Amino acid sequence: MTERDRVQSSEAKGPPETDPRIEGEKHPVARMIGIGLLASLVGIAITLWIDWFPENAAGSAGKIDTLYDVLLICSVPVFVLVMTIAIYSVVRFRAKPGDMGDGPPIHGNTRLEIIWVTIPFIMVTALAIYGWITLDDLEAKQKNEMVVKVTGQQFTWTFEYPSEKVASPELVLPVDRPIEFRVQTKDVIHSFWVPQFRLKSDAVPGLTTTIRVTPDKPGRYEVVCAELCGIGHSTMRQFVRVLPQSEFDSWVSKEREAAGGGAGGGGGEQAAAPDGEALFTSNGCVNCHTLKAAGATAEVGPDLGKLEDVEAKFLRTSIVDPNADVTKGYEPDIMPQDFGTKLSKEEIDALVKYLLESQE
Amino acid sequence: MTLTQRLLAPGWYRAFLGMALGFGLGMGIVVAVRALYGWDPVLDWDAIITVGALIAAPLGYLIGIGCFDYWFRWASGAPTVPEDHSGHGAYSWRDYFRVNTDHKVIGIQYICTTFFFFIAGGLMAMLMRAELAQPGTQFVDPNTFNGLFSVHASLMIFLFIIPVFAGIANYVIPLMIGAPDMAFPRLNALSYWMLPAAGVMMLASYFAEGGAFATGWTAYAPLSTETPLGQQFFTLGVQFAGASSIATALNFLVTIITMRAPGLTFWRMPLLVWANFTTSLLVVIATPFIAGSQFFVLLDRTIGTHFFSPAAGGDVLMYQHVFWFYSHPAVYIMMLPGFGIISEVISTHARKPVFGYRMMAFSLVAIVILGFTVWAHHMFVSGMQSWIRVPMMITTMLIAVPTGIKIFSWLATLWRGVIHLRTPMLFALGFLTMFTLGGISGIMLAVVPFDIHVSDTYFIVAHIHYVLFGGSVFTIFAGIYHWFPKMTGRMYDESLGRLHFWLSFIFFNLTFGPMHFVGIDGMPRRVADYAEQYATWNVIISISAFIFGASFLIFLYNMIASWRHGPAAEGNPWRAHSIEWQVSSPPPVFNFDEIPTVVGGPYEYGVPGAVHAVFKEKEPAAVPTPAGGGGAPPPTEP
Repeated sequence: MTERDRVQSSEAKGPPETDPRIEGEKHPVARMIGIGLLASLVGIAITLWIDWFPENAAGSAGKIDTLYDVLLICSVPVFVLVMTIAIYSVVRFRAKPGDMGDGPPIHGNTRLEIIWVTIPFIMVTALAIYGWITLDDLEAKQKNEMVVKVTGQQFTWTFEYPSEKVASPELVLPVDRPIEFRVQTKDVIHSFWVPQFRLKSDAVPGLTTTIRVTPDKPGRYEVVCAELCGIGHSTMRQFVRVLPQSEFDSWVSKEREAAGGGAGGGGGEQAAAPDGEALFTSNGCVNCHTLKAAGATAEVGPDLGKLEDVEAKFLRTSIVDPNADVTKGYEPDIMPQDFGTKLSKEEIDALVKYLLESQE
Repeated sequence: MTLTQRLLAPGWYRAFLGMALGFGLGMGIVVAVRALYGWDPVLDWDAIITVGALIAAPLGYLIGIGCFDYWFRWASGAPTVPEDHSGHGAYSWRDYFRVNTDHKVIGIQYICTTFFFFIAGGLMAMLMRAELAQPGTQFVDPNTFNGLFSVHASLMIFLFIIPVFAGIANYVIPLMIGAPDMAFPRLNALSYWMLPAAGVMMLASYFAEGGAFATGWTAYAPLSTETPLGQQFFTLGVQFAGASSIATALNFLVTIITMRAPGLTFWRMPLLVWANFTTSLLVVIATPFIAGSQFFVLLDRTIGTHFFSPAAGGDVLMYQHVFWFYSHPAVYIMMLPGFGIISEVISTHARKPVFGYRMMAFSLVAIVILGFTVWAHHMFVSGMQSWIRVPMMITTMLIAVPTGIKIFSWLATLWRGVIHLRTPMLFALGFLTMFTLGGISGIMLAVVPFDIHVSDTYFIVAHIHYVLFGGSVFTIFAGIYHWFPKMTGRMYDESLGRLHFWLSFIFFNLTFGPMHFVGIDGMPRRVADYAEQYATWNVIISISAFIFGASFLIFLYNMIASWRHGPAAEGNPWRAHSIEWQVSSPPPVFNFDEIPTVVGGPYEYGVPGAVHAVFKEKEPAAVPTPAGGGGAPPPTEP
């Protein structure tokens, strides 16, 4: 028998029996399947045991967490399969020192190739259908939705409740009430994200995007900007408070009062002067500057509580035209330059007054 | 040579003169236009830097260094010698620093240049990890931090992964297909010399007023249309890198289609050739889209067009669609050549034919086609038409099928092989396992509801580094070690190679593995500062990243020391079958004394007596050349 014949006959008989390196084992493939199954079970157990997600505070979150568990259960065996074959091959078929031989010239196996086209195809199709169904569930319109308008700007979020006629720099939601967020932006792209709700939507110039969520657990969670929006991006973090309905209602009426009866009253007096501290918060100043009086601790821009011998004129110029006089150690073009158009004269006056009063 | 002669001859002196003249010309145009319109100030430095330093000076440098000399002479009707080999081959180290038409020299130029930018980008990553080791601000302010991750990603993508593959292919492909060089050697040189211009531009953006471009490598409008001047260094740097990529891809396509040795049919081509063929298709079709997207940004910034200002009828999402129509295929541009390298390495070092060769080639083609149908999976939370998400989810997940074919076929190639665990093989195995993990997280990301939660988080950072480092860069290391003996004529140090592998494999996982956790837990990406609760993981990630970064020094030392003093390599140290191993190491200047004839497949390991190509002894010419010249009739192939 020539060598070529031997090789060919070995191919005809099927590989495992003729390889001396795995002759000792009766069923190397069966053994690998056994090891693989065991490792997969252990892997699945570990990955399911890991606490991946932040707290679950909305109906949507549960669905996404379950979806992720299913993805893990499907993924672990695939990874284990690759690892098992790779490690087994390296251990079993590693060349002995000085071995100049070649492996058997196996060029392919149609049946195997059909299997590893078909099974992944079925798996991903099934997962895609599951994903589609979940997506539709998440985005289905709910009864009794409350609309909350979310507006992003560099580098803060503001919120408006059209049905309650309230606007606020803080997001407060009633528990168990379906919410429809309508997300917009005043400048560049931002992304509105509450990790505990698992939902996220970009705020895109020129568009209004929508997400629906039903918070189901009272608490305080983070609102995060997820899309790079400029220098203060990493400071664009706020909080959402989810309250029982009664507390939410009293928050709403308190906000209405604070707005100076502008929405409800319309009395003989002129509307109260704008509140400097509220302006400082709602326009995002807090996200870049430190100001002890407002509880702001950000360090993108200068500390506004420690301006020595500061005058109203300087403050006004610095708000309207921040590049006119840049504090040493800070870069120009970082602070938005449109406060002169965004704020009214009264608002700027109130802000300047507030800053003068807040010097330490 | 006198200074005048030096300034007139192609080379670095003339390149610097060209840059100066280019800058002066650009400045003149800007000043003249502004003066004619009566705009104040006439000396607008933003405009002068854009036109002078970022457009005219690089063109002046390309002309000065000599990329266009031959073509200019030809176009002006001056006498030219088509077979002019004066700029061909390297006889001293100096020849690597001038315009050279030898694909082997260009390959080395590519690889060394791209590794320089790899180191630069890597150092930026180290600085970022230093900043992120603790919450708060320690080393760099937020603006610098945003610049660091933007330049890091841009260098790694446009100046390392994409061109280093072009470099390896440049060296190997002509040898592999039995060609004396690339189809267009002068275009090849031009492609290379555009690269340093792009890289230097991106690095130089740190010196621009307002700092380096800080909008990420994605440069989403309208942020990118509003940020300071540094952004234009990216916008225009990408044009040079992109033009370089397109020209090289055309060159590969023509070379592979027309210059294969007799007998080298498509179904006998090594899979690296297939991989670069398919990659080049992706490059020529997709790259113009990123060029376009960046021109839109440039025009919005400089001459006041309104592509991305909704108030004037612009469309912000258009940027993302056009950008990702390139940048998703780009991830396959960064992966398919690596697939090719892995097929060569696994088959050679496991001494077995590639399992399912034809399916391996077909799956490359399938990835190219599917790769154009999935771009919007980067935009699931972008606010685009919501119905597009489901078809994009399905096509994205279907890419797992051809990719799975490749993974399983490599495993089947390993099965019953005679596995030599040399460094290239270790990196191939590292690739196989890490890329599987990156592929799995890719499938997860394709599922829209999960993606909504994790998009723009550290989960994405983890995924992209599993596919681009654990995937692409591991294949690059495998390829560099595999062909190091061929390129340098010397052997690398095997134990240092193994040390490099194990350190980078372990600390790669410790660096990027935990990012999956912090991402799902709620840490957004691209942040200079983060909430207190992620501090523990971040310090672990940073420490691992430093060791991971340091492991690269072992590679660097190994490469430099072995190149200078390593033991001489034989022509075929791995006993491989493909043609590049049948010539000396390093190969002769014109590759082959005689073009080989291919008689079989490239991976016939274990088939007794099988050869891929034969070099015939020189026979007396069958067709006598007519004495009067005119050349022999073209040989007819059976």
